[in-house]
Amino acid sequence: MSSSNNQFRTPLSRARGLGASHHGVAHFIAERVSGLALIPLFIWGAFAGIRLAGADFDAVAAWVAIPLNAVLLSLLFVALLVHLKNAIQLVIEDYVEAFAPKAALVIGNLFVCILAGAVGIVSILKIAFTGAL
Amino acid sequence: MVQLSLPKNSRVQSGKHWPAPAGAKKVRSFKIYRYDPETGMNPRWDTYEVDVEACGPMVLDALLYIKNTIDPTLAFRRSCREGVCGSCAMNIGGRNTLACTHGHGEVPGKAVTISPLPHAPVVKDLIPDLTLFYAQYASIEPWLHTTTPEPQTEWRQSPEDREKLDGLYECILCACCSTSCPSYWWNGDKYLGPAALLHAYRWLIDSRDESTGDRLDDLEDPFKLYRCHTIMNCAQVCPKGLNPAKAIASIKKMLVERVV
Repeated sequence: MSSSNNQFRTPLSRARGLGASHHGVAHFIAERVSGLALIPLFIWGAFAGIRLAGADFDAVAAWVAIPLNAVLLSLLFVALLVHLKNAIQLVIEDYVEAFAPKAALVIGNLFVCILAGAVGIVSILKIAFTGAL
Repeated sequence: MVQLSLPKNSRVQSGKHWPAPAGAKKVRSFKIYRYDPETGMNPRWDTYEVDVEACGPMVLDALLYIKNTIDPTLAFRRSCREGVCGSCAMNIGGRNTLACTHGHGEVPGKAVTISPLPHAPVVKDLIPDLTLFYAQYASIEPWLHTTTPEPQTEWRQSPEDREKLDGLYECILCACCSTSCPSYWWNGDKYLGPAALLHAYRWLIDSRDESTGDRLDDLEDPFKLYRCHTIMNCAQVCPKGLNPAKAIASIKKMLVERVV
């Protein structure tokens, strides 16, 4: 609501606004649960990265093709992107006030994260099932 | 978008300098924000040289000294002069606090800088317009909600349940916390702010209240409640030593308990 429309509204009407949307707790839980999941996944990912440093293309592809590695890598990707999507959305809601750009950015953020996740997981599964080439 | 710089007509310019009275023993400068909407001029910083030996130890004493002996046009709110009413909340030395309980000796640096509570419309000088802040408090319905017919005597409460209200009921609604919160600065029209949420929690955990679920319903919203990012400015500045951030975290916990 723009401030120019507010001049004849009572303060209580302005404070109540459009009322509570009755959602938010799912976002709050998703942020924490994805953060929690990222702790072990990130530690595993960091160790794997260190172990694979300097390895050639075929060695890395063979490593990704191991089922457990493919699963954990996919989960790391999903948890990371869920966390990222929620965090970026929070920043957009904080700093962008007008409805149209806010909605555009929130949807754009969602699309980019889903696209990144889909590309990542399909790539991992392709390597796991049919090899890198 | 968030406004990161002040609009042109709000930029603070340098103002008058009021020298110390003759024979002053211990002089300290007070740099005070001045604004009068009736003049149509920009706000300005006026500097007053105050003989701190001649006035009391608190910032409010110095403000009263300035108003009584140097410049009677200085406008500020005050009432109880002992930290009970919350009227004299202002930004002193870069920190929101009550002028009546904050000693000017406690403020580091050469000059004591005093401005109105941040990010609130200014009525005049050190007086902010807190209309929306009070309306947000009213919007959480800060009274007991009951459906059960009223008992013959009082609504009874165990000492343990009464203890849960400690650290909450002491809030004097001075607005130091809400106006120090960046989330409230950016989204103050939709985010209820730490003070209103602390009071919301005070009624949520009151064992006598019968509307806990409805109250939670009215708070579950990305803006009304979840703009709190645990920045903790509220707890840092509260002149009563309360912790609104903790109360907000407890509301979030109640909402999780409801679905898990």
